[in-house]
Amino acid sequence: MLVLVAVHALTAVIAPALVRLWGRQALYLVALVPGATLAWALTHTATVRSGEPVTETVTWVPQLGLELALRMGTLSWLMVVLVGGVGALVLAYSARYFRSDDPGLGRFAAVFLAFAGAMLGLVVSDDLLLLYVFWELTTVFSYLLIGYDPAKRASRRAAMQALLVTTLGGLAMLAGFVMLGQHAGSYRWSEVAENLPGGGYLAAALVLILLGALSKSAIFPFSFWLPGAMAAPTPVSAYLHAAAMVKAGIFLVALMGPAVAEATPWRPVLLVTGLITMFFGGWSALRQVDLKLLLAYGTVSQLGLLMVVLGAGTRDTALAGVAMVLAHALFKATLFLTVGVIDHATGTRDLRELSGVGRRAPALAVVAGLAAASMAGLPPMAGFVAKEAAVEALLHGGTADLVVLAGVILGSVLTVAYTLRYLWGAFADKPDTPATTVRPVSWSFLAPAAVLALAGVAVGLLAPAVDRLLAPYADLYRSAEPGYHLALWHGLTPALGLSVLAVAGGAGLFHLMRRERVRATLRLPFDGAAVYKKCIALTDRLAVELTGKTQRGSLPFYLGVILVVLVVLPGGTLLAGSPWPQRFHLWDTPLQGVAGAVVVIAAVMAARALRRLTAMILVGVAGYGIALMFILHGAPDLALTQFLVETVTIVMFVLVLRRLPVKFSERPIRSSRRGRIAIGVAVGAVTAGMAYVATGARQAIPISVGFPDEAVSYGGGKNVVNVTLVDIRAWDTMGEIAVLVVAATGVASLIFRRARDLDRRGDIPGGGRAESTRPRWLTTGATARAQSVILQVVTRLLFHAILLFSIYLLFSGHNAPGGGFAAGLVAGLALAVRYLAGGRTELNGAAPVDAGVVLGAGLFVAVGTGVAALLLGGEFLQSAMLDFYVPVLGKVHFVTSAFFDVGVYLIVVGLVLDILRSLGAEMDRQHETEDVEVREKELV
Amino acid sequence: MSPNLTYVIVVGVLVAAGVTLLLERSLTRVLMGVILLGNGANLLLLTGGRAGGAPIVGSTPQEEMSDPLPQAMILTAIVITLGMTAFLLALAYRSWHLNGHDEVQDDVEDRRIMDLAERDEGPGDADAGTGDDDDDDTDTNSDRSLAASTDAGRAG
Repeated sequence: MLVLVAVHALTAVIAPALVRLWGRQALYLVALVPGATLAWALTHTATVRSGEPVTETVTWVPQLGLELALRMGTLSWLMVVLVGGVGALVLAYSARYFRSDDPGLGRFAAVFLAFAGAMLGLVVSDDLLLLYVFWELTTVFSYLLIGYDPAKRASRRAAMQALLVTTLGGLAMLAGFVMLGQHAGSYRWSEVAENLPGGGYLAAALVLILLGALSKSAIFPFSFWLPGAMAAPTPVSAYLHAAAMVKAGIFLVALMGPAVAEATPWRPVLLVTGLITMFFGGWSALRQVDLKLLLAYGTVSQLGLLMVVLGAGTRDTALAGVAMVLAHALFKATLFLTVGVIDHATGTRDLRELSGVGRRAPALAVVAGLAAASMAGLPPMAGFVAKEAAVEALLHGGTADLVVLAGVILGSVLTVAYTLRYLWGAFADKPDTPATTVRPVSWSFLAPAAVLALAGVAVGLLAPAVDRLLAPYADLYRSAEPGYHLALWHGLTPALGLSVLAVAGGAGLFHLMRRERVRATLRLPFDGAAVYKKCIALTDRLAVELTGKTQRGSLPFYLGVILVVLVVLPGGTLLAGSPWPQRFHLWDTPLQGVAGAVVVIAAVMAARALRRLTAMILVGVAGYGIALMFILHGAPDLALTQFLVETVTIVMFVLVLRRLPVKFSERPIRSSRRGRIAIGVAVGAVTAGMAYVATGARQAIPISVGFPDEAVSYGGGKNVVNVTLVDIRAWDTMGEIAVLVVAATGVASLIFRRARDLDRRGDIPGGGRAESTRPRWLTTGATARAQSVILQVVTRLLFHAILLFSIYLLFSGHNAPGGGFAAGLVAGLALAVRYLAGGRTELNGAAPVDAGVVLGAGLFVAVGTGVAALLLGGEFLQSAMLDFYVPVLGKVHFVTSAFFDVGVYLIVVGLVLDILRSLGAEMDRQHETEDVEVREKELV
Repeated sequence: MSPNLTYVIVVGVLVAAGVTLLLERSLTRVLMGVILLGNGANLLLLTGGRAGGAPIVGSTPQEEMSDPLPQAMILTAIVITLGMTAFLLALAYRSWHLNGHDEVQDDVEDRRIMDLAERDEGPGDADAGTGDDDDDDTDTNSDRSLAASTDAGRAG
């Protein structure tokens, strides 16, 4: 069974390729898969007839108790036969229905097959959770099938409606399954059925499960989605809305019925909703002019009848119910297929426009007639046998059953009436309508429908054989009396009389409606469609209101909310309960106080500054103050890096700020200023409080006490911080340099407007262009007038010395303050000085490489170091020490992690180079070009 | 461990100043807020470790060393702040170049939804009632309303 499901899935994957190869003919090939399903089921007929289920179990997720437990009893066997048989025939029909150049054909074949596979899985699942998975899969695939034409609004809407309704029901059903499964301690239905809870618990679970079944089978109040789903192509309607998907709900009710029929509120719910659906559907079918919609409402009505009969829950009604499932699948699929044929042959499905089709396409009329006879319940059709059985079974029940019987008979009257309406509408000669032109129908187009119609006749004629096949299911209901048997002829029974009555009544009703033009519409107390519409509108409104309230699209607002939460929750906790440490010290050395004061004053003034440059300088001062505090703390590496970073930052700011206005703009308006300050102060206070409490609460010995020893023995270096970076916590550093590469790429892509500008390295602007008269407060660009020759020469002289120093820092960093980060920044500053002194030509002269290449090389070296260690049998980024003697240099102690540091170095250099190229050189170029353009305009 | 009050105060002030700037509209100010906040956070990390001599074996006895772990973390954080500063600066410049200012704008799509909420409408109301219309000509209308709210976003 599992293999069959897998074959469906695999074929679905390759189906689009097959369609591309052979066009619509590929559907014949694809049809072999459901055909094989049918054949497989038929080989197990003997086993099933003996009442033995075919089982198969594969463990799937043992932690969840989820296993692929499959079980095919009589009911499942019947469903497999229908799913496979009807599926194969509908696919064969589709090979003629669609055109080869239909753009959606490949997808159709794939989704149709996937749907068939899901349906197959559904009906053979023993595990309820597995059943649910397949259940939802059918929902999703049916969504795709109904939305076959995504360009049509109606088709999209119908697909969405079907999806929402059935998924919602499916979720409720899952809850019901879980309730039952948790109680039974197993999710296998064969075990759950033996171990049912009682009372309100069971009732709640059943109501939830019924919600799923009723919504799937389009039973009131969920009926509305099925007629909408007629937006799908006709083969889809024939399969999903006759044989397969809508039958899933029926299947579930039939599956659970034998175990739960006696429990409240199973029977009343099914009988009441089923009867309402039957009337509503039947009456609506009588009012349709579109043949397909007529059949759709007819299906709704029939599904209601099936729910009633299967919900009645006795041995005989169960037998009648499954017989009806079989009969309905056969005749309804046939009828849908014939509507598709009529649609293709005449170009319309409107029964007001069709006339004389029966005379022009007699074979089609015969096929449709056979199926219609079955639907109306005329002998010797399958429909007749099934309805006889139902009537007979209900006749022998109690008072309630008799009421139900009256309903069923009334429903049959409606069925006969709309069957006649269908036949009359599709095939009759209408005196006041011009005869329709009918294109010839190929036998291969009609054959699938004919096979189904004949199968309906065969089931009727072979009723006793069918009875023997289906009886094991009915016998699951324990019954004292000897049961009913399906047969064509039971003699002159009351049931036969009632059948005759129903046919006569139906014919009368049809004629009455034709002649009198009865226009009464059946209004239900409340309409599912209206409720659905309201729910959707309400959800939309709620979403809009909620989004409008919370998603204001304002960055300060979002930040404000986050920060206020920070103040209220952790801040409140801090105030409420923390033990505040009593012991504290003012500073480690008084110098810390001095540095701290500088930082505090600079930060406060920076927040108040109105000019960009002032603010930038004050932030820089705060940064240098922090560097001072690092030194006093005993962190020379940090201090070095902080000094360098602050310097590079100032260079960057200057490069950008020269383009921006001097003052900050006046937004936001001043009134919100106090609020911002209040939030700022509160957050600052909470953070300070946390720093105080957290430090004071610290008891444990730091993890880093062992670092110095490890640094020397494993890392081969004396500078613990550097060894931590390149060895102990090298993974972190790896992540961080990756971030740097991303940031650099981002900067470049924000500034460089065209990719080819990135290659602009060696171009020297023509002399005329450089004659910019605009005063610049910093010597930038290639404007010869603003350049200081002395500065340029001095920087050229110093440049190599600085670079050499940076390389010294890089390699000494393992044992003394320095390392890749600091060294890279130093080298970057050397480049910055060159750029500031001589503009972008000077920068290109100093670094005639693309920043991206440097960044990439750095990342390559860093990752390469790690991979090399891996290849040599160590762990990723594990370092090794090498001691060797080099002439001139003497004894060299080398650690492989130095390579990693070289990678870091290159990336930092690349970052700074990238910044200088983007924020410096490219910006200059853009502004010069604009200046030239402006001047050219003025000249014109 | 006894808290160092100077650190606590400096952390508090840096965060307060940083947050105040962060809530501004001007991207340059936001960026300065980020830098100050970053410095505050770095110092906060530093308070988690003991102060002392430089963590270099040989130059400081081990028991007098400052805690190296927070330092390693802060070191990478400093450099990352540099990358982030560069990125935000580029962003501010780009914004100024395109719009003539470097302010953080309200999101246009969100403003559209707020407008809908004020008018008590749902998202689908615009094209409701077209029923089974198979063409999507109503889309042009929604484009127009998007353009209108874009203007509103600039003006507001």
